[in-house]
Amino acid sequence: MIDNKAPLRENEIVKVKNVYKNFGKVEVLKGVTLKIKKGEKVVILGPSGSGKSTLLRCLNLLEDPTYGEVWFHDNLLTPVDPYIHFDIIEKSKTFKKMKEEYLLTTNLTEEELREKIILEIKKDDLLKKNEGKEFKKAVKDFYNEHVLDANKARAKIGMVFQHFNLFNNLTVLENLTLAPVKLKLKSKEEAEEKAYALLKRIGLEDKANVYPSTLSGGQKQRIAIIRSLAMEPEVILFDEPTSALDPEMVGEVLELMKELAEEGMTMVVVTHEMGFAKEVATRVIFIDEGIIKEENTPKEFFGAPKDERLKEFLSKVLI
Amino acid sequence: MFGFNVMKIINGFIEIFSTSDYITTVLDGLKLTLIITVCALVIGLALGLILAIIKIMALNMPKMKIPAKVCDVYIAIIRGTPVALQLFIMAFAVFAIRGFPLELTAIITFGLNSSAYVAENIRAGILSIDKGQMEAGRSLGLSYGTTMSKIVVPQAIKNIIPTIGNEIIALLKETSIVSMIGLIDLTFAAKIIGSGQNMASYIVPMLFVAIFYLAMVYLITLLINYIERRFRKSDRQ
Repeated sequence: MIDNKAPLRENEIVKVKNVYKNFGKVEVLKGVTLKIKKGEKVVILGPSGSGKSTLLRCLNLLEDPTYGEVWFHDNLLTPVDPYIHFDIIEKSKTFKKMKEEYLLTTNLTEEELREKIILEIKKDDLLKKNEGKEFKKAVKDFYNEHVLDANKARAKIGMVFQHFNLFNNLTVLENLTLAPVKLKLKSKEEAEEKAYALLKRIGLEDKANVYPSTLSGGQKQRIAIIRSLAMEPEVILFDEPTSALDPEMVGEVLELMKELAEEGMTMVVVTHEMGFAKEVATRVIFIDEGIIKEENTPKEFFGAPKDERLKEFLSKVLI
Repeated sequence: MFGFNVMKIINGFIEIFSTSDYITTVLDGLKLTLIITVCALVIGLALGLILAIIKIMALNMPKMKIPAKVCDVYIAIIRGTPVALQLFIMAFAVFAIRGFPLELTAIITFGLNSSAYVAENIRAGILSIDKGQMEAGRSLGLSYGTTMSKIVVPQAIKNIIPTIGNEIIALLKETSIVSMIGLIDLTFAAKIIGSGQNMASYIVPMLFVAIFYLAMVYLITLLINYIERRFRKSDRQ
């Protein structure tokens, strides 16, 4: 029941917890929890309008969740709700007082006692009634300690878009160096050196000084991928990276993504490429109507789906 | 047939050029027209930019919603009433202070008027840029401000410049109504020269200043085209 001790386990990079997202009156996400561990390749599938892209965009806060939390390592990116964090509740006077009282009367272990008191506090909303200045300070301390500016987290969470979104007013080289230089992660020389190395890797060194409008779709998307690599991210989110490409260009983009996967990059991919999901994913997730309907290894997921809606979905897409 | 003939007009032109009083009147009027246009343009661009920024920011920041509403009302009022009426209200009500220079009243009126149009031009230009550009910048960890200034605005400028050019041309010609509050601009200079005490012919001085307006608009057009071409560099190559 209770697993919301604030910090994440070490190898979890990004985590969304109980996330809801409404666009006006339309509920797109209805309570999704998802943890991305280091080295994982998670593929998210689902019918259109199921909320899979929205979920992906909540991971790096391009969309602010209406309710729920987004964590990057042990930093909270969404606003703090003091009533759901144990670290904060433990600092309140109410907690201390109740603990003293209980210690006299029960023989529960420390951990059990903690759980019991916190549930009681939550149930009766005691904090709102009893706490004053000191508690506000505890909330503030928690905030300073744990809440991270989303911009800083985004620098470490790469994203690749369906429509590439290369900066049209900058050359390819400038596209690759703008963010590392602006965020003072690299000097201009270092960033350019890295950019050339990345361009060489995908065989497009000769395109360094052209503007994106002259490139083909496949070239654009591969450059968009190395643009996020230039930031040396811990995880890359792919939002239908091949959906806007000519069929003959899909291959080169998937090839690059497979290479990254082999190198151990953590990836979250929203896609309709079933082949990619089967071959590369370590975990496949099926989203429908704003909730995760099924989550499994690719073998189980495609071989023995349990959810009815998933069965129907697979029967339509796997011909 | 038209009450004039070509020879008469050419003679009239020669007469204006050779009469120092006429030339002085025209040049003084031209000077006032240019002063009002340039100063009003500076006010209009500065204020319009601020209005546009507030309205654009309100799309992402709930804090700016109320200031943005104020901007909306301001723009609705300015665009919803005739500039001549605004000029009257400014001259005979708001700035009806003894010794307050009418030139300044005109500059402020046209500046405020222009700002509403400039604001909408700038806003439309920025909104015309694909949302993905901002998202790509943010996803790399760049702040809203940096992405705006490095990515979105440089692209939007290409779309904004032609519309600002339109606004400058419209402003230049609109200033011709300042005679309604007693200022002598280029248009009114023509009327003075053509009046009975002087040439007793309106057509010659009217055509004469029309050429001035045409020349100025032509120069503005050339300038705008030049600037636009500079900014469109990244579209070619």
